[in-house]
Amino acid sequence: MSSIYLDHAATTPMVEDALIAMTAQLARLGNPSSLHTHGRATRKTLEDAREVIAIEVGCLPSEVIFTASGTEANNTALKGLYWQGRDNGRHVVVISAIEHHAIIDPAHWLQEHEGAEIITIPVNADGVINLDFLSHLIATRGNEIAVISVMHSNNETGVLQPIRKVVEIAGEIPVHTDAVQSFKKTPLSFSQLGVYAMTLSAHKIGGPLGIGALILRRAVEIPALLHGGGQEREIRSGTLNAPAIVAFAAAAKSKHYDVAHVASLRDSFIAGLSAAIPDATINGISSDRLPGIVNVTFPGTQSDTLLLLMDGQRVSCSTGSACSAGVHEASHVLLAMGHNEVSAQSSLRFSFGATSTYADCDFVVSVLPDVITRGRAANFS
Amino acid sequence: MKLIAAMSGGVDSAVAAARAVEAGHEVIGVHLALSANPQKYRSGARGCCTIEDSHDARRAADVIGIPFYIWDMAEEFHDGVVEDFLSEYAAGRTPNPCLRCNEKIKFAAVLDRARAMGFDGVVTGHYARTEITDAGKTLHRAVDHSKDQSYVLSVLTVEQISGAIFPLGDTTKVDIRKEAEARGLAVAQKPDSHDICFVPSGDNAGWLRDRLGSETGPIVDQDGVKIGEHKGAYTYTIGQRKGLGLTVPTADGSPRFVLKIEPVSNTVVVGAREDLAVSTMRGERPVWCGPAVTNQKLRGFVQVRAHGAALACTYFLDGSLLVAELDEPLLGLATGQAMVIYDGDRVVGSATICETE
Repeated sequence: MSSIYLDHAATTPMVEDALIAMTAQLARLGNPSSLHTHGRATRKTLEDAREVIAIEVGCLPSEVIFTASGTEANNTALKGLYWQGRDNGRHVVVISAIEHHAIIDPAHWLQEHEGAEIITIPVNADGVINLDFLSHLIATRGNEIAVISVMHSNNETGVLQPIRKVVEIAGEIPVHTDAVQSFKKTPLSFSQLGVYAMTLSAHKIGGPLGIGALILRRAVEIPALLHGGGQEREIRSGTLNAPAIVAFAAAAKSKHYDVAHVASLRDSFIAGLSAAIPDATINGISSDRLPGIVNVTFPGTQSDTLLLLMDGQRVSCSTGSACSAGVHEASHVLLAMGHNEVSAQSSLRFSFGATSTYADCDFVVSVLPDVITRGRAANFS
Repeated sequence: MKLIAAMSGGVDSAVAAARAVEAGHEVIGVHLALSANPQKYRSGARGCCTIEDSHDARRAADVIGIPFYIWDMAEEFHDGVVEDFLSEYAAGRTPNPCLRCNEKIKFAAVLDRARAMGFDGVVTGHYARTEITDAGKTLHRAVDHSKDQSYVLSVLTVEQISGAIFPLGDTTKVDIRKEAEARGLAVAQKPDSHDICFVPSGDNAGWLRDRLGSETGPIVDQDGVKIGEHKGAYTYTIGQRKGLGLTVPTADGSPRFVLKIEPVSNTVVVGAREDLAVSTMRGERPVWCGPAVTNQKLRGFVQVRAHGAALACTYFLDGSLLVAELDEPLLGLATGQAMVIYDGDRVVGSATICETE
């Protein structure tokens, strides 16, 4: 039995160009910080890669700061912009209710250890942030806000957020956006958005694991998390991971992700699913969304049971949030959208990628009725 | 068969899962998260369901090559086991939470869920055996009597036993550790768990005091004369001699023992050693692991503690109560303990002791 992978929002296969670029670079010698021929050769390759990524994301090459992950980029941006603001008497960190834990958790760390006050922007039932709330907040407490962080699109529902409007409302207040899920899936331009900082991750777009980028406006200098050799504008010291960076650039340049194709797969899947399980509901369906993510609530089930049964059919999908012990918890994203604990724990995320096919969709739709029947029978809560 | 292997992160359940796979079953490993706020690390032999334990269970499943999931049973465990433990103590009885866990969690909540999902049964690392006989599937002691866990499984009904697989019953613990080593399981030398898993400090009396309070009350002799004061009746156990803090000596200088705990009057009754002797016990809510016991008197053995001795007795059903008449009296027996009847090494059934004389 072949297996079907519908968890591309977690990670997606590396594209061939990226694999080739990475293996080639792994065989080359030279620390990009070294001044000799070997070092310069690596530096050249790496800066070529930086320029490619800059073009793809609509920023200056000098605005690209490589990190080891999206999580690191989020931490660097949120903490750095907070510390910078705090030096000017601003102590409020504004985040949305549906941020990834790589924003929520550093915000809470700042609250517990660094004197920050967190204010959370709520979302509506369709999963979109409440701009009126933000306007009112800025009108009343704008001079206390150090940083605003709102994700470009949500990783669980795929719902796009109005970042351009956030920036307009924010005025001079620094805005950061976590665009990890959006890059290459929907139009994304750093300069057009007008944000101060933006987070990217390579492995979500067909690049390797272990490399991300913080896009940070030129001349915005923030305190570093890692100190050492002074690489990356002294904001992120550490020898640059040249093989991963060239592969990241290759994936960024690749045209393998066909937005129209993935969106059509998604729509066909939703149609099949709605026919097979009539009482299933798609979270965020009325909103503008990424092409590849479908978040479904199956009333009367528990998502960890469904995941086990889907896995038994060799279908890989996701339940959303998981805590460190692996115990499934109700998704904070779905709770913020108005779900209760029970319905939030009755949901699965299917995410499609460049390699997904209509046959994948058809197979999942064909096994769903039995999975949902068993899932309902096994739900004693 | 399609089976769910309950994997605690210990050596026994890991080998049990591996053996079930080898026997040709389709096995899925499940770690039960029983604590709502798990600790990060396990301290020695104490506690369970730590994040470290769930990691160990996952690693064992990966090495064995089976899928692995975590099931959150914290709410069921709290309601069915922890609350029961507290209310039994508050009522002056001495419960065994492992028994309740098997009855309400492992072979109820887990087995029911597994069956609804299309699985045939649950594999655990308990040291016990089952046999297929003319009377159906019966429950028996493990070959390794020092590790035998049939006592804590004696609350399983015939229906529950039919869905239970115990692959370790024919092997000694020493050999299970060797086998784990040979199978490349990193938990081979992990310490056995002892004590009560949800009391990670091991201080049961302190844990109970924190939850039930420590209202002082009288310690009286059998004539009702107050001879001392206690700090929370339920922290005492029947037969306890030490730590009573009594300053009034007996006439002949002989020691006193806890005979009875009366929760309503918050009184602890003490007396002489011979007054601890019990020759007949009665148990309520009997469960039969095979054919039901009737009013016909039968010869067998009764066991009243997890690793206690099997005591020769005559047993029968008196109305709704299971009665065991001991050949030799037993010293110190608390209500709330389980009385488990054996016919040789076969578990006949069990009941919760409600009266002794």
